[in-house]
Amino acid sequence: MSEEKILLAHGSGGKLSHDLIKQIILPQFLNPSLEPLDDSAKINNQEGSIALTTDSYVVNPLFFPGGDIGKLAVCGTVNDLSMIGATPSYLSLSLIVEEGFSIDLLKRIISSIHEVAEEAGVNIATGDTKVVEHGAADQLFINTAGIGWIRPGINLSGKNAKPGDSILLSGHLGDHEMAVLSQREGFKFQGDLISDCAPLNNLVEKMLDACSSVRCMRDPTRGGLATTLNEIALMSNVGMVIEEEKLPVRESVKGICELLGLDPLYLANEGKLIAIVPSDEADRLLKVMKNHPWGRDAQMIGKVTEENRKKVVLHTLIGGHRILDMLTGGQYPRIC
Amino acid sequence: MKFIDEFRDKGIAEGLIRKIRQTSTRPIQLMEVCGTHTVSIFGYGIRGILPEQIRLISGPGCPVCVAPNEDIDLAIALSRQKDVIITTFGDMMRVPGSTSSLQKEKAEGRDIRVIYSSLEALKIAKEHPEKSVVFLAIGFETTSPTIAVAILQTKDEKLQNLFFLNSQKRVPPALLVLLQSNQVRIDGFILPGHVSTIIGRKPYQFIAEEFGRPAVITGFEPLDNLQGIWMLIKQIEENLADVEIQYRRSVHEEGNPVALKKIDEVFEKDESRWRGLGLIPDTGYRFKDPYEEMDACNFNVEIEPTKEHPECLCGAVLQGIKSPLECHLFKKICHPENPMGPCMVSIEGTCHTYFKFA
Amino acid sequence: MCLSVPGKILKIEKSRAHADVGGFLREISLDLCPNVSIGEYVLIHAGFAIQKVDEKEAEESLALLLRMAET
Ligand code: SF4
Repeated sequence: MSEEKILLAHGSGGKLSHDLIKQIILPQFLNPSLEPLDDSAKINNQEGSIALTTDSYVVNPLFFPGGDIGKLAVCGTVNDLSMIGATPSYLSLSLIVEEGFSIDLLKRIISSIHEVAEEAGVNIATGDTKVVEHGAADQLFINTAGIGWIRPGINLSGKNAKPGDSILLSGHLGDHEMAVLSQREGFKFQGDLISDCAPLNNLVEKMLDACSSVRCMRDPTRGGLATTLNEIALMSNVGMVIEEEKLPVRESVKGICELLGLDPLYLANEGKLIAIVPSDEADRLLKVMKNHPWGRDAQMIGKVTEENRKKVVLHTLIGGHRILDMLTGGQYPRIC
Repeated sequence: MKFIDEFRDKGIAEGLIRKIRQTSTRPIQLMEVCGTHTVSIFGYGIRGILPEQIRLISGPGCPVCVAPNEDIDLAIALSRQKDVIITTFGDMMRVPGSTSSLQKEKAEGRDIRVIYSSLEALKIAKEHPEKSVVFLAIGFETTSPTIAVAILQTKDEKLQNLFFLNSQKRVPPALLVLLQSNQVRIDGFILPGHVSTIIGRKPYQFIAEEFGRPAVITGFEPLDNLQGIWMLIKQIEENLADVEIQYRRSVHEEGNPVALKKIDEVFEKDESRWRGLGLIPDTGYRFKDPYEEMDACNFNVEIEPTKEHPECLCGAVLQGIKSPLECHLFKKICHPENPMGPCMVSIEGTCHTYFKFA
Repeated sequence: MCLSVPGKILKIEKSRAHADVGGFLREISLDLCPNVSIGEYVLIHAGFAIQKVDEKEAEESLALLLRMAET
């Protein structure tokens, strides 16, 4: 038997990533803050609850239509905090730079970090910079950690979904992953595709102002909508039914997907959220979302069900149905 | 998107299903030869909305699944050579060879690049004159002419460092073997639309003439699938056997003569090894003389002895003899993260499709 | 077994063309399908146009399907 190695697919956000975390990392550290595996950890103290999260960012190419690695690093962490109902306040910023990297490019990335941090209303409170030898890293990696205060009276968790709840999605699927893919060597496409990379804290705030009984929010990043819904179905021990005709996908994303055999339900998003809400609040919340620039194309895409526990069922365009599984392995562009 | 959305119309789909229910009077088994059909049929939940007496079985139409272990092992052995760049369609990355896969070799640091078109292999070869670039030439008749074009250009431009690992397959003679072996009852064939854009209708004529089975060349959108199935049922109910074209907007009687000519310039028919089906006459291509020097088989590399999981039923699954559900390993040991056979790897593989959608 | 999508030809330069697939542009080869004109649709597979898509046929089959679905 050959020694087991880390594959790229272990980082794809799908089933292999889950197994890696569950089998190798979690068992060593299990504690009440970590265990729910929500997008941020909840830490309780006398004055209330703090949310804490961290994420590392690697993207090739570093600049893509609609953003760059710096913007991504702020938005990702701001969004993770927002998804458990926290108001993001402070971020740490840690850079791992490859020897030889252009200082001009670094400047551009730093100013993009500054810009989006302003927009999101967060402060970069601490940071670190390491330079590694040429070849030891690919240009630039960024890690950010973030903390925020959880709003009192709000309890968001992947464990809270209940049969009968409605599932809301804030906009088009797959824009980010496609915008990045369209810049890769060998797959170049021209078009108006831009990444949806955006800080969602303001949208979340508006939604929670309108309705404090939201049960769960998630941003469907790596692994896409299908993987995120499966995670919630598992954690809450419920089923879900999703209507294919309600899923917003841009024509151009659909086109590339058809061409390369990719499925938009598994593509990464960086500025979208899923909200699971009591059904009598759904219409009101949908209106709030549609009134916000980051939720203009929001849709109610399905329901939480008693049946099919731990499974997500898709009602297809032509009236059939199929099971929507988690992402397995990575998606490779294919010809057949 | 034009030519896609119109063929996903729910109202028309419901009408077609009604028609199918009205026409179908007896239990039948249809084979969808092509993996793209399998994916589309599962993806739209078509099995579930057909009357129960219509059974669809999946055929051998996934070029990745039918590639024998030796081909994958050769690709892996080549990737381990010094100064070799492997270029491949994404489809091949996860396919298990005897002990490794391209994905695992990439993790070991081999230079393996996923590309979308054979012409990108040319570009890479030009950019790296100091390296040997190998393109994994896999596919059915749809892809073969694109490979032929790359080979012709390589010759034209006198590129010395681009090689092709030939694992191409031809569909009609494989269907002949399936029909001759007669191990599963197939009442009608859903024939691959895109292969047929190249080869046209005639090469399938024997299905109707010699074996008396109806066949319909079918497109891939849900309405295409449903209409193709309905056309087959009608033939069966009326005791007819004909090769019809449902996918008229893209398939012509004579196929694509320009593409066929390119294939003919570069390749000639040859026997070829299929996983599960063995060596079948005429189902592959070999390089014609002037192009032989580009054959990656010319590399002198040692290939590991072939090993396949003894309980993997891929071979039988590919012929429609067994369903993945009959395989002991299915879902227990064999799943997309730990595939035991290529039918579990390829997105189009029958086992993968069952795993994902069933 | 072979993915292929329709794209609309926007620009032709010798044996290469720009095709529009759902609003994005992709450069494709016309080596296998040389007799196309701007505005026509082709099936694209692995970076090549492999066949024209016949608009008239498509309309006819849709009309037929529609009639059938209504009866
Ligand atoms: S389930 Fe796995 S082991 Fe069984 S036939 Fe399919 S690929 Fe082979």
